[in-house]
Amino acid sequence: MPESPILKVSDLKVTFATRQGPLRAVDGLSFEVAPKEVVGIVGESGSGKSVSMYSMLGLVRDANVSITGSVKFNGREILGLTDREMQPIRGGEIGMIFQDPMTALTPVYTVGWQIIEQLRAHTTMTKVQARERAIELLAEVGIPDPRTRVDNYPHEFSGGMRQRVVIAMALSCNPKLLIADEPTTALDVTTQAQILDLMSKLQETYNSSIVIITHDMGVIAEMAHRVVVMYAGRPAEIGNEIDVVRHPRHPYTWGLLGAVPRVESRNDRLATIPGNAVSPLDIPEGCAFADRCAYRMDICTKRPQLQGDHGHLDACWLTDEQRVSIRSKATP
Amino acid sequence: MLSFTLRRALSALLVLFAISIAVFLIFFATPGVDPAARIAGRSASPATLAHVRAAFGLNRPIFIRYLLMMDHLFIKRDLTSYVNVGLKVVPQVLKAAPITLALVSGAAVIWLTVGIFGGILAAANRGKFIDPLVMFIGIAAVSVPAYWLGEVVNLITQSRLHSSVFSWVPSGGYVSLTQNPFEWALHLLFPWLTLAALYAGIYARVLRAELVNAMNEDYVRTARAKGLSERRILIRHALRCSLISIVSLFGLDFGALIGGAALLTEVVFGLPGVGMLTYTALQNLDLPVIMACVLYGSFFVVLANAVVDVLYAFLDPRVRVA
Repeated sequence: MPESPILKVSDLKVTFATRQGPLRAVDGLSFEVAPKEVVGIVGESGSGKSVSMYSMLGLVRDANVSITGSVKFNGREILGLTDREMQPIRGGEIGMIFQDPMTALTPVYTVGWQIIEQLRAHTTMTKVQARERAIELLAEVGIPDPRTRVDNYPHEFSGGMRQRVVIAMALSCNPKLLIADEPTTALDVTTQAQILDLMSKLQETYNSSIVIITHDMGVIAEMAHRVVVMYAGRPAEIGNEIDVVRHPRHPYTWGLLGAVPRVESRNDRLATIPGNAVSPLDIPEGCAFADRCAYRMDICTKRPQLQGDHGHLDACWLTDEQRVSIRSKATP
Repeated sequence: MLSFTLRRALSALLVLFAISIAVFLIFFATPGVDPAARIAGRSASPATLAHVRAAFGLNRPIFIRYLLMMDHLFIKRDLTSYVNVGLKVVPQVLKAAPITLALVSGAAVIWLTVGIFGGILAAANRGKFIDPLVMFIGIAAVSVPAYWLGEVVNLITQSRLHSSVFSWVPSGGYVSLTQNPFEWALHLLFPWLTLAALYAGIYARVLRAELVNAMNEDYVRTARAKGLSERRILIRHALRCSLISIVSLFGLDFGALIGGAALLTEVVFGLPGVGMLTYTALQNLDLPVIMACVLYGSFFVVLANAVVDVLYAFLDPRVRVA
């Protein structure tokens, strides 16, 4: 029996009241993160990946939002806590890395100031101690000459370096859980690889769990132990990285994996999933992916539940025999 | 930072030089008009006109005329009014300047305090009752013209309620700070409030809009994810970044007001400041005084802008490099 999960999300639903009716951004998401585990959440833009993470931490500031379900962090329910109650958790126990490092830092303060601010908010360090720690952290995330750079402003760093600063800040209070919201999306390819390497390295040193949000299956394959595939705010498939990447069960995951270009492939055109992502304003009652699915059946008007064994779950009506025959035809 | 300040001061000097040339050309080189007749004022005698021509070198080349003018204004400081014969212009302006400075500085303290506080109050209570209330008071203050508000204030404090509530309010005019600080403040209190009302309204509204924008920025989300208190996020992050636009607004307003834009308030409350001087000179078509006031006014607009740019660089590190 593995250790009790550090994060347990059950039936998380995030709905925005809009003029066009309720917008269901997240519709029944459940997953667990074990200590030291890296969980990847993957899906197209607008599939509710980021919103689910922001709503867990109370970072969705829209007055029209309603968040239901349960999010247990270290066994404690954190959904519905006030800002004041969340303060020690945010930044202290759960660190966060954002998508766009160019805008994630306050432009008028030095990076050192911003790291010190976080350290002083969660620890009893003096200014001098916090500054020393900030320099250590900058060195640890691979910023050259940290003793000088600590007094530089965000605009004096490149995008990749800024993301390192954001990572240093997120790790500053030794969080048990790190949430990374598309940490490499805004960076160029070589920098992406460096940042991913850095995160894997730091994950080993700090022993924190990571939830990494991405739309890039390559990032999942590189980083994640377990994967949650999301579509239209619902989980489509959950399982170990090996299982999901090698033996995907849901037609949407097949599409996602097919969309990763391969060097050895001789196809001229990149594979795509036909159709557009379903609008969160009118998600069908049944399977949300049905309209784009090549293997649609009559039963798909009913919503499939997540099911499966050995921790590899998927929400699809296809039987095992059907999947085997489809997959054997698809892969030559 | 120091080199930035020096560079900025140098460019301010250049701008002032350019303005002095422009002002000179407007007054002395407008085609088809005899500058001597304008300087000498309405119905001047031929002897006066001849005197003016000689004093300003009007029969000599244009750059000599420019130098003579600057000599009269800044070096000899003997430019005289021909409407009130014998009255030296430069000392007049120098006497009026501290009064305007006192009026505008005091009002600035009030409008900055009220405006920033109002803006924060509205932004922090966004979506609640207090936000539209503050914004309504703001728009009301912006809509009321200073001369009307001043007259109403005078009407109430000098006439209608002067025998009861406002018996302590002095009847207009100015008492210098060195003479009696208490009377100085008392005489300026209502002019300050009247002048500040408009700007407090504008600043509260601008700051609220800036803060609401800033609170949607990514860096505010980062600050929240760091576990900071809402108050700290609002003041240290959102407000700090919003202040940049407030400072540039303030520089322009302050410079223009010192330069004579507080004219209406000065006239209504009988304060003999630069605005009042300009107002009287305009009524009498007293050209040398108008010219001196224009140059004085432009000097303060340029100075205020230079100070704002230096302050701007202090507030926003991204500006310093450029």
